[in-house]
Amino acid sequence: MKTAPFWLLAELTYRCPLQCPYCSNPIEIAQINNELDTETWFRVMREARQLGAVQLGFSGGEPLVREDLPELVAEGRRLGYYTNLITSGVGMTADKVANLKAAGLDHIQVSFQASSAELNNFFAGSDKAFAQKIAMAKEIKRHGYPMVLNFVLHRQNVDQVAQILDLSMELQADYVELANTQYYGWAFHNRQQLLPTREQLQKAEAVVAQYREKFGARRKIIFVVPDYYETRPKRCMNGWGNIFLTITPDGTALPCHSARQLPFEFPNVRHHNIGYIWRDSPGFNQFRGNEWMREPCRSCPEKEKDFGGCRCQAFMLTGDAANTDPVCDKSPLHHTITEVIDKAYIGDATPLLFRNMQNSKNLIASDHISS
Amino acid sequence: MSETLLPKKEWIPTIHSHFRLQWEETQQAYVLLYPEGMIKLNFSGGEILSRCNGKSTIQTIIEDLQHQFPDAHNIEQDVLEFLSIAFGKQWLTTYD
Repeated sequence: MKTAPFWLLAELTYRCPLQCPYCSNPIEIAQINNELDTETWFRVMREARQLGAVQLGFSGGEPLVREDLPELVAEGRRLGYYTNLITSGVGMTADKVANLKAAGLDHIQVSFQASSAELNNFFAGSDKAFAQKIAMAKEIKRHGYPMVLNFVLHRQNVDQVAQILDLSMELQADYVELANTQYYGWAFHNRQQLLPTREQLQKAEAVVAQYREKFGARRKIIFVVPDYYETRPKRCMNGWGNIFLTITPDGTALPCHSARQLPFEFPNVRHHNIGYIWRDSPGFNQFRGNEWMREPCRSCPEKEKDFGGCRCQAFMLTGDAANTDPVCDKSPLHHTITEVIDKAYIGDATPLLFRNMQNSKNLIASDHISS
Repeated sequence: MSETLLPKKEWIPTIHSHFRLQWEETQQAYVLLYPEGMIKLNFSGGEILSRCNGKSTIQTIIEDLQHQFPDAHNIEQDVLEFLSIAFGKQWLTTYD
């Protein structure tokens, strides 16, 4: 176990002008609205930095809706963090790009939904999003930031990886992240409409290989594989409570951004300092090490390699967070993954459920009625 | 993958704007920070990169290190080799 987090992810708000149906935020966003104030964020940043955290991400929701963002960036930079803004670009202006630079922001990651305005705007749930993103990407480069463009891939855009990479090169992205959807939060709800086929993925990977060869070290292309098509689980978060610390808008501290759904108590920064939260809180110790493991993980020679995979995925698909991640083909419940894959070949006509507060309220209400 | 650049001693190296070099007290080491990542430098790498300030020539950096570490051998060769790697990885750019 490491004694220090490396990453502090500050989820400043769940408010967002976009409605991406693959959002990793929890379905319950509508009932989480008591955001931390500026001073509390300052304290969280200071305490995590004292433990040794180096990377600071401002995320959400859309972090630009927080009016104190420039102050938070300035304080993060003053404390010695490398400061990352993870944004949709919607709500950004040329002035804000300049002001954030002056405040000490090191890097901006802009998410796109697709390489064409039509598909981008459909998935974003906004008619103006694409043009805005293009304009802001140019502005970000003009100010000399290193720029990451992030595209979340799914069955409706994964066939356009060549166009996506062409657009990224044109915009002079320093890094392109082709992140296959991870099925948490809203994406889990919509997974049957989002999961691509294996053939779609293989084609996309071949295209990525061509572009890597063509552009070499000048442009870095990161392809995040969708774990549903793997036979071994991912080394989730590089281990529970090992390097990653997420603070959600209401101050709940989590070992990953999906852990809120797990049936454990997680500490809140309003009541505890980061030192206690990281080192001593039961939530952060729940799955540290490998004492908690069951079979087939316990006797598996690969247990130190992947730590049994993702606790949230085990919980969502098997009902118990201490089970082996069913992505692993040694899991007796691996069929919970293959059944979803099989359905990807049939297709699903159910419309996507967009991520917004109204849909969140409806889902919370229907869940209460059914349970 | 990266092109090999043989640095010349009159070059003035500086950290590329896409990286940030800083001393990390908790790690007792210099680190190079970049979007969502970090490279922890070993002692000699840190001593070299922390002198790449956009003002000193490589010649000056070598002399400075020789002065500070009089017992070390082959400083010149070690510095040039390290800088060649650092340019190749685009940690450094130069005004010359």
